[in-house]
Amino acid sequence: MKRWLAAAVLGLSMAGVAHAAIDTYEFANDGDRERFRELTKELRCPKCQNQDIADSNAPIAADLRKEIFRMLGEGKDNQQIIDFMVDRYGDFVRYKPALTGKTALLWFGPAGLLLGGLVVIAVIIRRRRAVPAEGSDSLCASERQRLDQLLDKNTDD
Amino acid sequence: MKRWLMVLPLALFLVVAVFLYRGLYLDPAELPSAMIGKPFPAFSLPTVRGDRTLTQADLQGKPALVNVWATWCISCRVEHPVLNKLAEQGVVIYGINYKDDNASALKWLAEFHNPYQMDIRDEDGNLGLNLGVYGAPETFFIDAKGVIRDKYVGVIDEVVWREQLASKYQALVDEAKP
Repeated sequence: MKRWLAAAVLGLSMAGVAHAAIDTYEFANDGDRERFRELTKELRCPKCQNQDIADSNAPIAADLRKEIFRMLGEGKDNQQIIDFMVDRYGDFVRYKPALTGKTALLWFGPAGLLLGGLVVIAVIIRRRRAVPAEGSDSLCASERQRLDQLLDKNTDD
Repeated sequence: MKRWLMVLPLALFLVVAVFLYRGLYLDPAELPSAMIGKPFPAFSLPTVRGDRTLTQADLQGKPALVNVWATWCISCRVEHPVLNKLAEQGVVIYGINYKDDNASALKWLAEFHNPYQMDIRDEDGNLGLNLGVYGAPETFFIDAKGVIRDKYVGVIDEVVWREQLASKYQALVDEAKP
């Protein structure tokens, strides 16, 4: 019984932690609410590295959510809000990095690797196809003779 | 042609291996600051003591360290004696008291000595936000024109100062000399 009680208390205390990242913001309209959700999902928390700011309990994430809410209220568009964050925290905060010379490898690398793989497969398939065509008649005279001998032997049995 | 193809997988492997090996020694917590090369953001805030109002213009004139600190920041406590020592050696240090309770900040400075020539009171964290601060302690290096030239995140201890930061500060000082 005591154990159950302890588990329940522990569970309840954890529920409190899980709720900590939820703020109460009053949005002017559903569009703003949706954009807030989108932006906080797309921006990465600078402190906790592998969480977006919607998810994170870090004080800095709470500050950034507040800042996004404020800018939405001022009627800024998504690009302006993202630029504001990138100006201060660098490209690091974007889960969708901008397409620049620096990030080109990131954007096109996987497609490039896939393309390279396809080329390699195509080359291999072509070679494999080419082999039997030229190899069909490639036995030399002595080999042919031996083959005939073996075949003959088999039919005799 | 064929030979060359045989070496290709090995070459690819080596390139990837070198990248991954380097990755082992990179600190993912180290963010390049987006503020380097930009002028110090505009602000108008009281000092911690509340005796005057400071703006970005007050930070110009001398190369300096701008140290972001708070009493809730445990590692700032570790850093504080080192800052005191640096201030004694003549290093110009300004402070930003970031999202802190003013009374605790005053008490801290009275108890542990004040290394800051000026101390900005950023109670709601707006200046910190404009600086791209994501945790304390952080220390910005500004030149005599008030342009941010470098940033160090984390505790400045004597080793870090000697091996990494002293030369950076000295370079700014040398640059400011006529």
